[in-house]
Amino acid sequence: MNANKITAHAVKVFYGSKQALFDVDLDIPANSVTALIGPSGCGKSTFLRCINRMNDTIEGARVMGDILVDGKNINSPQQDVVQLRSWIGMVFQKPNPFPKSIYDNVAYGPKIHGMVSSKSEMDALVESSLKKAGLFEEVKDRLLEPGTSLSGGQQQRLCIARTIAVNPEIILMDEPCSALDPIATARIEELINDLKDNFTIVIVTHSMQQAARVSQKTSFFHMGKVIESGDTKQIFTAPKHQQTQDYITGRYG
Amino acid sequence: MTDNIAFYRKRKAAEKRFHLYGKIAMGLALFILVFILGNLAGQGVPGFFQTHIKIPITFDTKKFNLQPDQSPVDAPTSSFQSIAQSSLKAAYPNVVERNDQKRLIALISANNGNTVKATLSADPSLLGKTTDIWLLAASNSDLYFKGKISKETPEADRALSDQQLKWLDDLKEKGAVKTAFNTNLFTHGDSRTPENAGFLGAIIGSLLTMIVCLSIVFPIGVATAVYLEEFARKKPGKFSWIDLIEVNINNLAAVPSIVFGLLGLAVYINVFGLPRSAPLVGGMTLAMMILPVIIITTRVSIAAIPPAIRDAARGLGASPVQVVWHHVLPLAMPGIMTGTILGVARALGETAPLIMIGMVAFVADIPTSFTDSATVMPVQVYLWASSPEAGFAEITAAGILILLVILLALNALAIFLRKHFEVRW
Repeated sequence: MNANKITAHAVKVFYGSKQALFDVDLDIPANSVTALIGPSGCGKSTFLRCINRMNDTIEGARVMGDILVDGKNINSPQQDVVQLRSWIGMVFQKPNPFPKSIYDNVAYGPKIHGMVSSKSEMDALVESSLKKAGLFEEVKDRLLEPGTSLSGGQQQRLCIARTIAVNPEIILMDEPCSALDPIATARIEELINDLKDNFTIVIVTHSMQQAARVSQKTSFFHMGKVIESGDTKQIFTAPKHQQTQDYITGRYG
Repeated sequence: MTDNIAFYRKRKAAEKRFHLYGKIAMGLALFILVFILGNLAGQGVPGFFQTHIKIPITFDTKKFNLQPDQSPVDAPTSSFQSIAQSSLKAAYPNVVERNDQKRLIALISANNGNTVKATLSADPSLLGKTTDIWLLAASNSDLYFKGKISKETPEADRALSDQQLKWLDDLKEKGAVKTAFNTNLFTHGDSRTPENAGFLGAIIGSLLTMIVCLSIVFPIGVATAVYLEEFARKKPGKFSWIDLIEVNINNLAAVPSIVFGLLGLAVYINVFGLPRSAPLVGGMTLAMMILPVIIITTRVSIAAIPPAIRDAARGLGASPVQVVWHHVLPLAMPGIMTGTILGVARALGETAPLIMIGMVAFVADIPTSFTDSATVMPVQVYLWASSPEAGFAEITAAGILILLVILLALNALAIFLRKHFEVRW
């Protein structure tokens, strides 16, 4: 197994006075797909948003504990959040392209990080990002059309291309397929499988089949705690905990 | 089941009644609107036209009282006015009594010097000769030809005597009376005589005031709204100073406008010592008045931007300020512009606060700078409406029409901007 890219230790999250995560410990290996599963409100999305400190933007949210990425604690006050998010990208539940052209959607990240110095470099970066996201062939003739004119599945791949363009090491995906039809979902899953060679991917999903299909590691969350973590195969075939067993067999959730 | 059918029938009837009420209300509103506009147009449209009277003018060299080296073209306007008056007297040689002559002269405007002078300047060879010139009629003559002064009224109760009416009828018969577009309305400032009064001074005054108002209120209003929506962090359930500011802004929007006028008088004029009656102070006062409106509309349009866009930008590593400049402001701009234009439209129609800071003065000159004495369109309308001369009634209505057209144009612009820059998701 690969070395651990992310190590979470005793992570607690409060929304106001309500505690959403209780002492979560979790290791996420590099260059693989880790799925976070569990019933609604179990804290899996909250944990995902801790990894790139998106909880900072929520009023009244407090995060405690350590999250080490490559051995560096990202919750330390010295950590520059904006810089952190350039190497930990995020794909959201609902495709959220900017109301700009397809080209500008992909070019936005590299532009604000000053990653390219010329128009031709940018053109090449946009093209390679769209290719990696498997979208280039479909949109190469209409790069200047608005990103919002694409279909739902294409929009989500555009969002993935936009994330890849900044060249992150980790990509967080928060239920990326929940707003998509089965065919678009299959394409995204294929894409996730291709991307894991170059990126560490953490995906939150409601679909256990999806977790089983795309991930190597799975963690089961319940009531703000990690109940069980392990290889995906083991979690789905021989869960150690009764709660995990109940969830994957559809007893609740 | 029969009960049910009765129930549904009743419900359907109630729906129909409700629709009917709505239609009646809308019809009433439309009727009132059409009535007001029709009434205004009926009163105001004649104000856009003026009567002119053709009189044979003799450029008598003796009348100029010139220095030896002075050309008649350089003579003061008043000399040309007296030429116009003596020419009119000459046209009616049998009017000899001094008071009768005065009444005769009163038929034409007292400000015709420029017209006569322009004729001579255009053709200096007319000196010593006689030529027909169309002169502006006095307001009362104008009212007579427009039917506002009636022969049926007893002589003592009307502004023109029987003799004057006879002269006017006589001129009309000779074909020496015509109606032309009232250009004075768009080229002159205010005047004591209705036929010479114009709206241009007020239009320029309003323009200067709005420039000051906008350049103050837009940056402050938008910056405040952005701070409150995007940066101010509130602790849920706790009362903070930001809540205090919000409550105050919302309350300010409901403060009577004259209070802002008092504030402008007390602070800008008395404390800062800025000039009174000036567009600078007027704009600053109106800026205070519409600031809450701009803040509230900007906040609404910023709040309407889907949070997903901010998440997307933050997720890519955009800093909070970049999120605002790259995404929030461009997307909110149609709403901000609409709110601003509607705020400006409100400021443009405001009278009360400007009265407090002295923009209600009689200003005949057209203002050329932000510190000149000036007045604005609604105040000019108010001034004319309170003038005793009957001729001001028409141009009051005409002024209201001009103001309404400008406000309508602004609202149309707001709608256009909203439709044109609206982003579809």
